[in-house]
Amino acid sequence: MIRLEARGGASPIWIYATPFLAAGLTVVAGGILFALLGHPPIEGLYQFFIAPISSLYGLSELFLKATPIVLCAVGLALGFRANIWNIGAEGQLTLGAMLGGGMALAFYDVDTPFLLPLMALAGIAGGMAWASIPAWLKVRFNVNEILVSLMLTYVAVLLLSALVHGPWKDPDGYNFPESRLFHDAALLPVVWDSTRMHVGVLLTLAAVVAAWVILSRTLIGFQVKVVGLAPMAAGYAGFSRKKIIWFVLLVSGGLAGLAGMFEVAGPIGQLTPVISPGYGFTAIIVAFLGRLHPVGILFAGLLVALSYLGGEFVQIEMGMPEAVTGVFQGMLLFFLLASDVLIRYRLRLRSPLEGHSR
Amino acid sequence: MSESAHTKAPQLELRGIRKEFPGCIANDDVSLLVQPGEIHALLGENGAGKSTLVKIIYGVLRADQGEMLWEGRAVTVSSPKAARELGLGMVFQHFSLFEAMSVAENIALGIQGKLDMKGLSDDIRHISESYGLPLNPDRMVHSLSVGERQRIEIVRCLINGPKLLIMDEPTSVLTPQEVEQLFKTLRRLADEGCAVLYISHKLEEIVALCHRATILRGGWVVNTCDPRQETARNMAQMMIGQELKTPEQGAAKTSGSPALVVRNLSLVSADAFGMDLKDISFEARSGEIVGIAGVAGNGQIELLSALTGESRLADSASVEILGQPAGHLNPRARRALGAAFVPEERLGHGAVPSLTLVQNAYLSGYERMGLTRGGFIQNQAQEAYAAQVIADFDVRTTGPSAPASSLSGGNLQKFIVGREILQDPKLIVISQPTWGVDAGAAAAIHQALMDLSGRGAAVVVISQDLDEIYSLVDRFLVINEGRLSQSLDPRTATVEEIGLLMGGFHGGHEEQHPVPASRPVRPGDGRP
Repeated sequence: MIRLEARGGASPIWIYATPFLAAGLTVVAGGILFALLGHPPIEGLYQFFIAPISSLYGLSELFLKATPIVLCAVGLALGFRANIWNIGAEGQLTLGAMLGGGMALAFYDVDTPFLLPLMALAGIAGGMAWASIPAWLKVRFNVNEILVSLMLTYVAVLLLSALVHGPWKDPDGYNFPESRLFHDAALLPVVWDSTRMHVGVLLTLAAVVAAWVILSRTLIGFQVKVVGLAPMAAGYAGFSRKKIIWFVLLVSGGLAGLAGMFEVAGPIGQLTPVISPGYGFTAIIVAFLGRLHPVGILFAGLLVALSYLGGEFVQIEMGMPEAVTGVFQGMLLFFLLASDVLIRYRLRLRSPLEGHSR
Repeated sequence: MSESAHTKAPQLELRGIRKEFPGCIANDDVSLLVQPGEIHALLGENGAGKSTLVKIIYGVLRADQGEMLWEGRAVTVSSPKAARELGLGMVFQHFSLFEAMSVAENIALGIQGKLDMKGLSDDIRHISESYGLPLNPDRMVHSLSVGERQRIEIVRCLINGPKLLIMDEPTSVLTPQEVEQLFKTLRRLADEGCAVLYISHKLEEIVALCHRATILRGGWVVNTCDPRQETARNMAQMMIGQELKTPEQGAAKTSGSPALVVRNLSLVSADAFGMDLKDISFEARSGEIVGIAGVAGNGQIELLSALTGESRLADSASVEILGQPAGHLNPRARRALGAAFVPEERLGHGAVPSLTLVQNAYLSGYERMGLTRGGFIQNQAQEAYAAQVIADFDVRTTGPSAPASSLSGGNLQKFIVGREILQDPKLIVISQPTWGVDAGAAAAIHQALMDLSGRGAAVVVISQDLDEIYSLVDRFLVINEGRLSQSLDPRTATVEEIGLLMGGFHGGHEEQHPVPASRPVRPGDGRP
């Protein structure tokens, strides 16, 4: 019989080493998988992991892809630390894109440096507004924030769809459900020549650093942690749970809204019915993969972004199915969770007293 | 061991039991001999390995080494179910009862095989009455007092006709009268040939009740003795392994101005099964130690939360801290006025288990100790504060960065109490200060509280340990059913008098309304 036995304490080295171990095991298992499918494993792994970022342009695309995921995940992690489960980053991102993009359309062809900050603020406000609905219901009526935030996602997506199919449709767009292309003053400046990498990538990095400082160095970050770890102790210390609920939901909603604004004012450049291929949901996985730590989330976000790019590469270069992206993300999570168990527990093959006295 | 003197096979024998948990050896080479009809005490401080040992006997845990003999035969007890089949019964310290079910239904849950509810109710009535533990099988558990709930657990064991009954700290929740009744029951069981393994750290009880005692310290058996031949003091020294230090009262104190005034405080409990506070009034003056005695579950939790500010009060004047109306204030604001608090539950309430001692020092000291500036945590200051608590209060730990959960109960309690005292409060409210704490730490905590009151702070001690009330307080009140008695003097109040107040007999100006074994149904109980 195999039994799990608790170890005395998790080794601090292994806590940080396991994500790398999991990545390594994913590579090995992926190689075996390619071989079984009849593809040369080394070639397959190269196409998946190396080829997408073997050029500087590829690297810039990786950063671009990781930006909305990391931005959402950093905010979500803050809430998860406090045991507030915002599952609706996708909807908050959509609202941010809608309001941010709405500003671009409202001030179409107005050439002013103030437009982009205005769009960013509108995007943040949109995400916050959307997140404030579950926050208010939670604080006032103790409504489950998971359900509310999740369901509001579909409302947000339909709302945007209605706008771009109707009033915001490009008048010269041959009736396609898209808005006008944003004019230059409404597009984020590119920070790396001849790539699409925009200033939002740097702002995301700043958000990661800020979240790190807030969590480890400030009273409010401490309150977030204590509310999540021991609500009774939080009450005893005089921390208001309601205040923390508002704080984490507004911050995560605001960051998701900003991510949405970055997408429409960056790589997309207009409003379309679908802004995000599920970044808000992927961010949930990334938050846990990064151990709810802002820096961990940064690396986890890059890895998951790579799996999107790598999946596209092996589809194009080797004719593999689209599902390969999901398989790799699944393996990564599986190996991480498995090694997590083994950090905290050791395997015992047989219980010690059996067969001893009889 | 030489046990040839006994002709009859012992009911239970343990040989060389060893149990290791990651990072600590809970039991090592423990041997134990319990004869039929013997009340055998298992004595030891918290953390001495008593609970681990009985969990091994009862099949909850497995020993790494050693063997267990039952009536002379080697046995392996793989589960509590197997233990019950052998004839073992155990009454745990924490009851496992469903509050929304009747007494009979709760007992039925532990019975294997076919069930006859009518017959079971008759059995319960019969057994409970013949052992002096009257129980109505149809009562709902939530309407019963703690003492009655314990009876359910005992009857649940007796119904299986046990040969060995294990009692884990049974008297901590009972009034003196209930304790006396329990002892009668246990003596009667022993006379009928049932062995009793009685776990406790209350020495007087062991002297009064037990035939033999096995004393554990640090996972080892340090001695076995006949408690009837020993003094409580001797056994305490065997248990602790050092001279017992009795806390010293400072010189006669003059009490100053009131630091805490509670006026006509009523509070509906946040917990559906909690106890509402009814018109509570008392005060604590600076330099004075005031005790709140009473059996757990009579409103202590609600009183503490009303005093800390975790429950906000409608009438701000009902709690006055250092002259300021504070009923509407949250704990943070009350601390700012100069109050400090220690809740009963250490892990999860007084401290966050997974956070370090530094962070747990910050938990309550973040404002009063100047550990926050502009919203930022002052790292050096908080580390220095934690280190000072550890040094001043002799907290045994690997260092300030150890998680709170790694400390033993006594050390964590010293840390929490020290953290509050170093904030130099003018008023401290402390609940069950030495609950589950070893005797050495308890003495240190009592000394610290006395020193604090000697420096002019008001100390309010909520405790269900009468010894603690007697040795620590200047005066005390008894809480029962959410009401407070009049103030009593520990030098003149008798145990009987207090026991009656704890059991609900209110003397004095109020009308006598004796509450027998059962609790009256409260108006609120009928609410949908």
